[in-house]
Order: sequence, then structure tokens, then C-alpha cells
Amino acid sequence: MKTLPADSAQSSETGRVINDFSIHVATVNGSGSQSSNSVLMRSIFQMGIPISGKNLFPSNIAGLPTWFTIRVNKDGYIARRNDVDILVAMNPQTAFEDVKALKSGAVCVSPSELKLNDVRSDVKHYQVPFGDLAAQATDQIKLRKLLTNMLYVGVVAELLGVDNEEIIKSIKRQFDGKPKAIDLNLNAISIGRTWAKENLKKADPFYLEPMNKTANKIIIDGNAAAALGCMFAGVTVLTWYPITPSSSLCEELIDYLKEHRVDKATGKATFACVQAEDELAALGMALGAGWAGARSMTATAGPGISLMAELTGFGYFTEIPTVIFDIERVGPSTGMPTRTSQADLTKAHLLSHGDTKHIVLLPGSVEECYLFAIEAFDIAERFQTPIFVLSDLDLGMNNWMADPFPYPTKKLDRGKVLNAEELEKLGKFERYKDVDGDGIPYRTVPGTNHPLAAYFTRGSGHTEKATYTEKPEDYVNLMDRLARKYNTARKYVPAPIVDYVSNANVGIIAFGSTDFAIYESRDQLKVANIPTSYLRVRALPFTDELRTFVEKHEHVYVVEQNRDGQLRDLIRLELPDLAMKIRSIRHYDGLPIDARFVTDAIMEQER
Amino acid sequence: MVQSPSKDNPAPQPVTNRIGLTQADYKGSPSTLCDGCGHDAITSQIIKAFYELGLEPHQVAKLSGIGCSSKTPAYFLNRSHGFNSCHGRMPSVATGANLANDTLTLIGVSGDGDTASIGLGQFCHLIRRNVPIIYIVENNGVYGLTKGQFSATADYGSKLKSGVINDLPPIDLCGLAIELGCGFVARSFAGDPKQLVALLKAAASFKGSAVLDVISPCVTFNNHEGSTKSYKYAKEMETPLHELGYIPFYEQITVDYDHGTEQDVELHDGSHLRLKKLGHDYDATDRLGAINTIQQANAEKKFLTGLLYINENKPSFPDLLHLVDKPLASLTEAETRPPKEVLDQIMASYK
Repeated sequence: MKTLPADSAQSSETGRVINDFSIHVATVNGSGSQSSNSVLMRSIFQMGIPISGKNLFPSNIAGLPTWFTIRVNKDGYIARRNDVDILVAMNPQTAFEDVKALKSGAVCVSPSELKLNDVRSDVKHYQVPFGDLAAQATDQIKLRKLLTNMLYVGVVAELLGVDNEEIIKSIKRQFDGKPKAIDLNLNAISIGRTWAKENLKKADPFYLEPMNKTANKIIIDGNAAAALGCMFAGVTVLTWYPITPSSSLCEELIDYLKEHRVDKATGKATFACVQAEDELAALGMALGAGWAGARSMTATAGPGISLMAELTGFGYFTEIPTVIFDIERVGPSTGMPTRTSQADLTKAHLLSHGDTKHIVLLPGSVEECYLFAIEAFDIAERFQTPIFVLSDLDLGMNNWMADPFPYPTKKLDRGKVLNAEELEKLGKFERYKDVDGDGIPYRTVPGTNHPLAAYFTRGSGHTEKATYTEKPEDYVNLMDRLARKYNTARKYVPAPIVDYVSNANVGIIAFGSTDFAIYESRDQLKVANIPTSYLRVRALPFTDELRTFVEKHEHVYVVEQNRDGQLRDLIRLELPDLAMKIRSIRHYDGLPIDARFVTDAIMEQER
Repeated sequence: MVQSPSKDNPAPQPVTNRIGLTQADYKGSPSTLCDGCGHDAITSQIIKAFYELGLEPHQVAKLSGIGCSSKTPAYFLNRSHGFNSCHGRMPSVATGANLANDTLTLIGVSGDGDTASIGLGQFCHLIRRNVPIIYIVENNGVYGLTKGQFSATADYGSKLKSGVINDLPPIDLCGLAIELGCGFVARSFAGDPKQLVALLKAAASFKGSAVLDVISPCVTFNNHEGSTKSYKYAKEMETPLHELGYIPFYEQITVDYDHGTEQDVELHDGSHLRLKKLGHDYDATDRLGAINTIQQANAEKKFLTGLLYINENKPSFPDLLHLVDKPLASLTEAETRPPKEVLDQIMASYK
């Protein structure tokens, strides 16, 4: 086995680890720790240091354990890291387990009364009398719990060296327009900070130092990014049913639309948002709206996708545009609703009975959540079919650093829609005829004032003129055209991102949020003398680059976050003659995949 | 039907409605249902009502679910867009079509299986939202297309051809619709064309969900002795609540109505519906009275027809959404993509 590169960036001269560690805050959900974690994360980000923030939360409203992880990394690695360097153990329910899981030499900040130093002597403990400090911060008992969260921000800020100016900026941002809350929280942070300064002796290697790597960057979650994309794509109809982890996409979108798509003078909206009675109705409405000419969408997660199966097939067969976001969570069944997964890939791709295959877009960053949302509406209308955008909980609900999103330069593509004048000129209209040879027919929308405009949409067998048929040749003609249309999509969907390394025998293929771990793992593998090429799939159907990539490498590892190797299977079906080259790395415990997992798995097989 | 040329005038102009279309312009493809099917009788009245109203076919969209009844939109209004959706899902599709373009007149045709069983949830939520649509349930108490199983509207004690007795209580779609706040609830019979055409016209003048539960006998699977949805049973048992007269908005009202024996309802488009009392003193605007009447009729095994309930004061779904005047489907890029400054401003807020 080759030597593993060191994970820690400990300087041999000073013994210090600067800007490269992860902070893990354990709290109880519903205790209000989200604001304080956000303030801590933002303050570090504002110091110019790359960060990512992940919320590991339960499917519950209050009282169960939750963890927030801030990864600080000077090199810009923002995937999850398995090792915890600094634990803030605020939850008595999980404190013992949390401390036991630490590696030797880690740091633990905890309330004094938990006496965690008895549990692990090889961990550096900072014990803080949070109860007493909270009493100093406020005489209102109700507020003490909330302010305790800010106390640990003060303690951690002092230990790591977070600039006070940045804390003040983050607090002001967090409690914008609420001067009382700003004062109260700043005071609590200051109490924590002062106490730590006076009572704790720094005895760990972890330090923050200002950098310049986050200038002009934004922090955003994938669902908000996708919502922005939908608004700038000109969405007009959103129909949805609440489900974790997709609800925030719809709620963010509704907020944006209310702000930016309502006429200030008349109060009238250029959009309709409907919370449906279930996912069947959500997709039924989206299809009805798409059929009648609106840019429509819905967003859901695995269980919703299962319910949408019948109508998705209907939309495929009758050729109605709409966009379906699937923010994947762990299945099957209810599964683990607040954990992440990439296990809906084949389900979404082949959803419904009969021969169906759908175009699926696979964003791998918050920026792509935004860009692919815009793209999805164009592709849906160009191809007159339901389009899936597959994101996941990690990408959708966690905080990611990104460059500001570009304003779209491409005009909206509304596809092949005939209006009354065009119908008059053509003198005939056959809804399902392949006029252009690309498999994509022409359509009209209800309300078109021309005697030729009307046609009958039906989920049963239909001819090119949209009349009922059970004739074998009509059915084959239709199914073959749909297959032709799907093949046309290969040239339209986002092509993969490919990075060839000249001396690499090993290729890696991944999609979606797995990208962050691959980015980091490839550097680790490089240090271990395993140079790798990388292809990130960004859509189904596959494009021609896939074959070339697999042909060029001895082994190709398909890395994904599901049990069965769904992308691996689809690639083997696509390239049966190359199937023997394809290997599989699968991570499916509900936590986001980490780089070390990928590196270990590849080194294991490449030794 | 286009009128035949008369002896006195051998080359007449075809008879047209107020927008210059003949009744043939409102027809569809030939029906493939069984001869004598109640659904075909309803189809004829839809053609007649839309023709007489002079509705622009291109401004109508016809929708359905799955089943014999759901095939019928192919048999009328060939010049309107049609949508034969999935089983029980017509209400959601219609809701979406309304969101995209609320200037369209929607007519939905469903059956008792499609509405009272698989689609019951969507039916309820369509009504709850008050989506503007003429919603016709062609109710025959059986699943025709799968060869005669009981549906959820089959009356207690009614008998299948095979002799099987229904031992479950029926779902009364009119009672349910009123309970859910529906503002236009009617029951009729495929064998009562005069009443049906007046109800269809009134429903087309109503802005909101208008539910018409029309008993429509299945001649093949539920027209025998012992069935409570047969032609014979319905003809014998039909008790109209009132005689209906419809006066369209484009015709001047020439006759005053008699407050003692008639009720006048003004509909959203300015048309009027006159309800001439027949024996009963029935007030179609009294919600509780309507519920009581339905329950009592069911207990007494009476088949009451007519406009059971009307309330024109409920806001329709598009009213609640405060949409721009133009249909959402016809908005342009300039109207739906905010300018670059908006994106810049949002990006700054995430920094």
C-alpha cells in the first residue's frame, strides 16, 4: 500500500495548524443555535478564509440532537471531512458519544458540569461555566438558552482568533434592523470572549489567520440558488407539496417572486404558486400549466417522485413540458428524511411504467443549481417533456461558497410553438409529426385563435394527428420518434466537465455533490503518486465524451452516494463493450461523502 | 344540428349562432360508446349549450380523466383543445390550465369512478379552491370500461347484473360539494335534456367550480331491474325541484319574474337563471336547506334534480391569486425575467 498523505496541515516549525480544521457544534434542535453557528461561520468567511457549513439535523422540530460542522480550509476544500478537530459539546444527550468519537489531540469545548475531561484524557478540554455566564448576560431566564449559543461563539472566537470586527459585522447582518437583539447578542459574545481570555490557557494547535480567498464570494445553499435560477428563467407557475429537503427551494422562490415579480403599482403577480394537496396534484397542475403554455415547475424529494410516477410517464408520452426538481434524501420509503443521498438517479431517469426515459440534469455546485434551473426550463420547452433536476440535501440545504452568479445572456427558448399566423401560413398542423427529423414535433397552446390549432392530448395510443389509435405501426412510429427525440437531447444537455491528466491510468467519474470530495481526493491521490483524470457527468442522456474518457483509462472508478452503483450501472448499459473497465465506489450512510473515503477506496484497489 | 332547408327557401344560409358558427362547428368525432349510452345524450346537450351560448371554441379547453365518460371530450368541440388525462387527475390538470390561462372556459367531464373513488381527493381540493370549471360527473353507478363493477356512488341495496347487492352506502357528490363550499351544485338526468341544457348554460356563466352530477345510465352494465341508475328507474323517480329558464347576458330581459313563484339568480357574466317553483318552496341559495333537502331525499330514496345550491359571492381561485391581466402563458421574457440589477442586488445580499 502506498503511503497516505497527511491530512493535517501542521507546520513543523511552529506546531500550529492554521486555517485547516473542522469545528463541530453539537446542540439540541429547536434551541436557536442556527443563528450563532451562522455568525461563527460568516465571521471566519469574512476573514477571507474558505469555509463550508453543514447542518446535520434530525427529522424533528425540537428536542433531538443536531450538529453543525464548519470546515475551514485554506486550500478551498469544502467537502465534508470525517475528522472533527474542535468539538463544541453543548448537548448533554450526545456529549459522551461525541467526545468518544474524537481523535487524539482534538479540542473539546463543553459546559463545566458535564465533566467531559473524565471521559477522554487525550483530548484538550476547555470547560466553561456556561450557566453562570448566561446569568451574567441576561436576567431573563427565557433568553438564557438562546444567549448560551452566543457565549460559545465568544469562547471559540477567542480560542481560534476570530476578528472581533467580523463578529460585529455578522451579528449586524444576522439581526438586521433589530438593534436590541444586536446589543444583547454582542454582549453575550463579549462575555464569552472575555471569560475565555481571562480563564483559559490556549493549549491546542488550531489558529485562524486572515487570508484573501473569499473576496467577492457569496455563501448560499443550493435550494436558494435553484430558486433564483427559476425566477430568472421566467417561471410562471409553481405547484408543490411540502417535503424535506425540497420545501426551502419553493419557499425561497415564493419569497423572491413576491419581491421581484409583483407589479408595485397594481399589486398583481406575474406568477402563480399553489401548495397542492399531494405530489400527484402538484405534478398534475404543473403539466396542466405546461400544456396551456406556462413555464411550470414542481419540486419534491424521493417519496414525491414515487407518487409522480404515473403522471411523469403521461407527460413523457403526451409531450408536455415541465420541470421537476428532486432534492434527494435517503430512501427507500421514509428512509432518513434529513440525510443526503444520490439514490434517485435511475428512478428519476426511468420513472413510470412502459418504456420511458427522461432527461435529467445533475448540478454539482450551487452555481450549477442556479444555471441548470434556467437551462431546465429551456430544455423542457425545447423537448416538450418533463425534465428532472437532481440535487440533494447536502447541496440543497447546506452552505456553500461560490462566485456571484452571472446574469443569463441567452434568451428564453420557448421551443416549437405555433401561433395563429404560423398555422395560417402552414395550412396544416399535425401535433405529433416529426417535421424536422429531430424527433421534436410542433405544438399549439389552448386559446390559439385558429381553426387548425386544436388537438386532443391523450395518454392512450395516438397518431401523428393526435387521434386515438391501437395500430401497431402507429405505436412503433410514436415510440421510435420519442427515442429519436431523446437522442437529440444528447447535443443539448450540459456536457460533462472533463479534466485529463496526461500520465493518468485511472479515471474517476462522479456527478452532483460528490464533486467536492473528488476535487480533494484527486489531490490526495496525486500526492500518493496516483494521478487521475476526472469526468463529471452533468446530465442524462450521456454525451459522446463518456466513451472517449472510459476508453482512455485502464480503470475507471464511478463514485456515487447510493448503495447499488446506479450511475455505474447506467454507464455499463451505455458502454457494454467497456463494462469490464468500470469499477464502483459507493458511499451511502446518509452523511455527505468525504475525500478520504474516496482516496482510501481507490488506493485499496490500485495498490 | 344544422336545420334542413325548408320548402319555401331552397338555398338557405346555414343557421348560425351569434358568432357566426353552425352547430356542426361544435361537434366532435363520432362516439364509440354503446348505443343508447347516457353519456352521448349529455354530449349532445354540451354541443347544444355551447353552440347556443355562442362561445368561441378556441377559448374553451375540455378535460377528462379515465373511463367511459372521460372519452367523451373527443365527441364534442373538435375546435377546442382537449386533454384526456390520468385516472382521477383531471382536477389538478384543469387547475394548472387555469393558472396558465384564466381566460379559457374549462369543461371537465368525469365519471363516478373517476371522481368518487380514485379522484375524490382532487375533486375536493378543486372545489375547495373554487377553480373555474364546468365539472360534469356522468354518474352511472358502475365502472363501465372494466365491465360493470360497482362504483362508490352506487346506491345501498342496488343490484349488479350478476345479482351482487351493494352493501356500502353511496357517496353523494352534490352533498359533498356543498359541504366543501362549492358555489354551483346541480343534479340532473341524461334523459332530461331541457333541464340539462339550462344547467350547462348557467354553469358556463358562473365563475367558479360548477358541479353537475348527471345520472347517466349505463345501458350495458347497469340498466336492469334492481338498478337505481337505470333509465326506467331515473325516469320514474326524477323529481325536478323547479323549472329552469336561462336568459343569456346578450339578450334583453323582456319578462319580469314573479317573486311568488320564481327565483331569479344573476350569474357572473350578467346572465340570469330563473327557477320556477314546482310544488316545493325550494330556495337554491340556502346552503343548510340544500344539505337538508339532499339528505332527506336520500333517506326517502327520491331522485331530486335541478339547481341544488348557488352562491355567486365566493371568490374564484384566480381572484385570490391576484394575477396580472394577461394570461401567465402569454407573458414575455421582458415580463418574467427581472433585470440584471435585481440579480446584482440579491448577490450582494449573499456576500
